[in-house]
Parts: sequence; C-alpha cells; structure tokens
Amino acid sequence: MATDDHELNIRQRLSGLSRLPLLRGARVAGEADRLEQQLERLMADTSDEAIWESVELARHPDRPYTLDYVQRMLDDWTELHGDRGRNDDGALVTGLGALEGRTVVLIGHQKGRDVKERLERQFGMPYPEGYVKAVRVMEIAERFGFPVLSLIDTPGAYPGVVAEQHGQGGAIARSQAAMARLTVPTVACIIGEGGSGGAVAIGVSDKVLMQENAIYSVITPEGCAAILWRDAGEAKKAAAAFKPDARHCLELGVIDEIVAEPRGGAHKDHDEAARLLKESLVEALDELDGASGEDLRRRRRAKFRGMGVFA
Amino acid sequence: MAEARIDVQVEHRHAPPPADRKHPNTCPKCGSHFRDDELDAALWVCTNCGHHFPMRARKRIDWYADPGSFVEEAVDVRSDDPLGFFDLRPYVERLAEAELNTGLGDAIVIGQASIDDHAVELAVMDFTFMGGSMGSAVGEKFSRACDAALERSTPLVTVTSSGGARMQEGILSLMQLPKTVCAVEDLHDAHVPMLTVMAHPTTAGVLASFASLGDVTIAEPGALIAFTGPRVVQQTTREKLPEDFGLAEQNLRFGHLDAIVPRPEQREYLAKLLRLFRSRRGD
Repeated sequence: MATDDHELNIRQRLSGLSRLPLLRGARVAGEADRLEQQLERLMADTSDEAIWESVELARHPDRPYTLDYVQRMLDDWTELHGDRGRNDDGALVTGLGALEGRTVVLIGHQKGRDVKERLERQFGMPYPEGYVKAVRVMEIAERFGFPVLSLIDTPGAYPGVVAEQHGQGGAIARSQAAMARLTVPTVACIIGEGGSGGAVAIGVSDKVLMQENAIYSVITPEGCAAILWRDAGEAKKAAAAFKPDARHCLELGVIDEIVAEPRGGAHKDHDEAARLLKESLVEALDELDGASGEDLRRRRRAKFRGMGVFA
Repeated sequence: MAEARIDVQVEHRHAPPPADRKHPNTCPKCGSHFRDDELDAALWVCTNCGHHFPMRARKRIDWYADPGSFVEEAVDVRSDDPLGFFDLRPYVERLAEAELNTGLGDAIVIGQASIDDHAVELAVMDFTFMGGSMGSAVGEKFSRACDAALERSTPLVTVTSSGGARMQEGILSLMQLPKTVCAVEDLHDAHVPMLTVMAHPTTAGVLASFASLGDVTIAEPGALIAFTGPRVVQQTTREKLPEDFGLAEQNLRFGHLDAIVPRPEQREYLAKLLRLFRSRRGD
C-alpha cells in the first residue's frame, strides 16, 4: 500500500540518517505523518547551543508542571495522598482521573510555583516516601486494570540525611521493580527535567514519551561538570558531552516518541502544551490496547533489557 | 651522605586535609601497615582493628568459590562509546587504561561456580575499574548472570561495589537501572534466589537498582551504602551529618539490611543460606 511504502521510505531514511549503532533500539511509532514529524525532529538542530537551550527550557520557571497538565487533561481528578506508612510527599503527586472517559492512575513529580510551595514540594525532589506512595497507587492500578501514566519532572531524588535513613536507593529500586511487574498498560512522559534515578523510578513504562524541550539524564549538567571537569561552571560543556536532549534520547532508543510543544516552548502556552501532550498520551494508550497483560509485561521487560550499547 | 633536600610547603586556599595520601596498605582506621601478602592472607581485613580493605573481584571469587569451580562467562563484553564522550580525556582512553590497570574487561566479573558444593551463579563487582561504575557492559553482564542463574535454576550471589552509573555513557548508563531491575524481576518470577553482599561503597545507581532487590541482603562492616554520598548531601543541603551517616551500621539500624557479616564469615554465611534455599519451590 502507498502509505506503507511511504512509511518504509521514511523508516529507511531514518535509519540511514543516524550513525549506527546509535539508532539501535530506537522505535518510531505511529502513522506516516507522525513519522515524518519525528524525522524532522531527528534532523533538527543539535548543536551544543541547542542542547543547552533544552536544558534552560526544561527548567523554565513558567513551564507547566504535572498538576497544570492534570487540570487540563483529566476529568474527575482525585488526588490520593500519603504512603500509608510515614508521610505524604508533596514532590510526587498521585491520583485517579479520567482521560477521555477512561480511568487512569497518574503519578507525577510536582515542583512549586512560589517560594513557599517550592519548599513544601522540595523543588520536585521526592523522599523515599514519594516512591512508596507511587508503588501503593500502582497496586490500585493493577487490581482494577487501570493504565498508569507517569509525568516525569525532577532534578533528582532528594539528597538529604533523612531521605537516606529512610532508604532512598531501595525505594527507587522497588518503584522500578513494581513497574516491571505491572500487567496494565503504562505510558510515561518526561515533561521537564528527567533527573537520574529519581526520574527513572517512575519511568519503566511500555511507552516512554518526551517533550521536545525536556531533558533526560544520568546526572545534572552541573553535577557532571563538578565531577569530570572539577568545575560546576562547565555545565554547558558537560551537557554537550552527555546529550540529555530529546533528539539524542530518541536516537539512543531510550524514548519512543517526541511530543511537540507550542512554538517557543511549553511555558508559552499551557493549554496548547496540554492539548498536544494529551493527544500523544491517548494515542500511546490506544496503541497498547488489545495486548494481554502478560504480553505487555514481557515486552516491557524485553525493551528495557535491550538497552545499552556494548561490544 | 645525606641528600641535599629542601622542603617546600605551598599554602593552598583550598588545602586538602594533611596526610590523607597514605599508602594503600596502611589501615585508614588504626594506621597499621601490611605487606600485600599479609593482607591477602587475611582476606584484606586489618588483623589489628578489623577494617575491611577493598577486595578485588577475582580475589573474592577465589575466596567464595570451591577450588577450581569457577567458570567465567561473558568475558568478551566491553563497553562501547555511544556518545563519543570526551571530558578532560576521551572515554575510550579511560576504558583502555582501566582494562590495562585492572586486567578486567569492565567493572563486574560473572560466571558459574559452587560454594560449599552448592551450584551458584556469581556476579562480583570490582571498584578498581572506573570506580565500579555501571555502564552498558556492567548492565549487560549482570543481566546475563541473571539469565544464566535462571536457566540452571541456581541461586545468584552478587557482590556490589560501585560509585553508581557511569556518566560517560550518558542516559544509557541510567537505563542500566531499569535493565538490571527487569533482569532481577525475571529471576524473582522463576523463584530463583538472589543473595546480595554489599561491599564498600554501594551507592547511587547500583543501590537504586539491582543491589537493593536481593532476597537476602548483607553488607560488609563499615561499607558506605547510600544513594547520595555524605559529601554531596553536605554540599547540597548543609545538613549536619550523623557520625555513621550512610554506613552499613546505620543502614542495618534503619532496616535496610538483613545483617552485617564480616568478610571472613561470609563464605559460611552464604553456604548456610544456600542450604536453606535448597528446598525452595520449583516453577
């Protein structure tokens, strides 16, 4: 069929475009025009300047946060508080809502808008209690067959004394493990900063999307610069070296799709940003429809177990 | 004849604490000094105060495994350089240097062995290879160790020692967290036991992934076990750190470990657990 040929053609152009083995594992889903959009993004500017611009946009103080999207995308939003053990972590919100009539469990990092809220929400850096809460609501999703949506936006898990005493590392590991066990459809989107373990803790999903100006990285540019360049001021150089931008994440097969933002960045138009995100989330869920729970889990694990480049 | 020598002291604004450059065989706790062969015979534990020196992966395997039982696997797996990463030096150069210095392909050694006649799969990390950092090769080898354990239905014994994910591989090193987690979940599903020994240091990405998912988790005395190490916590939060912050002893007190087991007792401890898990249910 003509559209198939077109799609094939684009796929071929896509794989020819990138130096192997970089494209290994990269999947570009969707019908032809979406593929074409992805292609455009792959060919977009990836200079060091463009990468740094992503870093700045991902952290823009007016960028929409999880609850800004929830408000615009979900009906009947009902936040569920607390980990049932110790605390309610403000940096990670969880709840139930309806996405186009379909009940979903939503998990997302939440930053604050003003100084007071920023402190309350620990600048979007969860304590272990946040991840325990996430696992608790995943259990609800599993019990009732609700899809799990994750919105990722954190500089990283909270690096403090109490967070360590309460088992930050183990909590992050167990949240990933819980996601690897789910037999319901799961979709994640990085909507700002995808900072290290604190981000991937809720990102072990069937489909991982990423907004075009978001970043996803193993360490902050400043942290990397401080360690490898021994100077946090070299953050720009570090970012250029480890390439946390969406295009490179797509190329490396770490994400499945790039979600468009309004011109100039998501902060320019929250409504439009939410519309575009919702559209991608719904499409991603539709694509997962029909697969059995066992298949979803098996494919999810196979996908993550295939990640990495080695000889 | 005494050599003419001038002692010059330079004052730095950020002077490192004095005398922190001790010989590696000098015990940092009690100052006792040992020859290599003395420490080797004592399993790299200070015979005076019990301080645990770092133990190389192959040495540890020799100590745990029944003589001649270890058969190494995935020897040829090497990290690639997907980003063409270059900080002050190219990543490929750092890799080559680490391999030359350590005689290892990467920061983990895997293979089958037996401990006290119980067949096991071993996955032992080595901190001397780029700080035990986890990149694609470490993730892949650990993942293969899980597969090998699953295939033969033999328990997996893993020893962790790592500074975390390997920054030079960028986002792909972060993806080794979910990768190894998924590998462990496959193991759990098949009712194959995983026993974890946390050695100094077990931090960041490795603690936040497979290291924390063992059925039984023990640690060596004094090992640093933390998602964020004391220096970074101090710098970021300016909090006052408790004296044993992040150490195995604190982790035991807060419920994150099953036990702290001194190195000389670990072999017998593992053998006991392997006996107990022998009567586990099948698939």
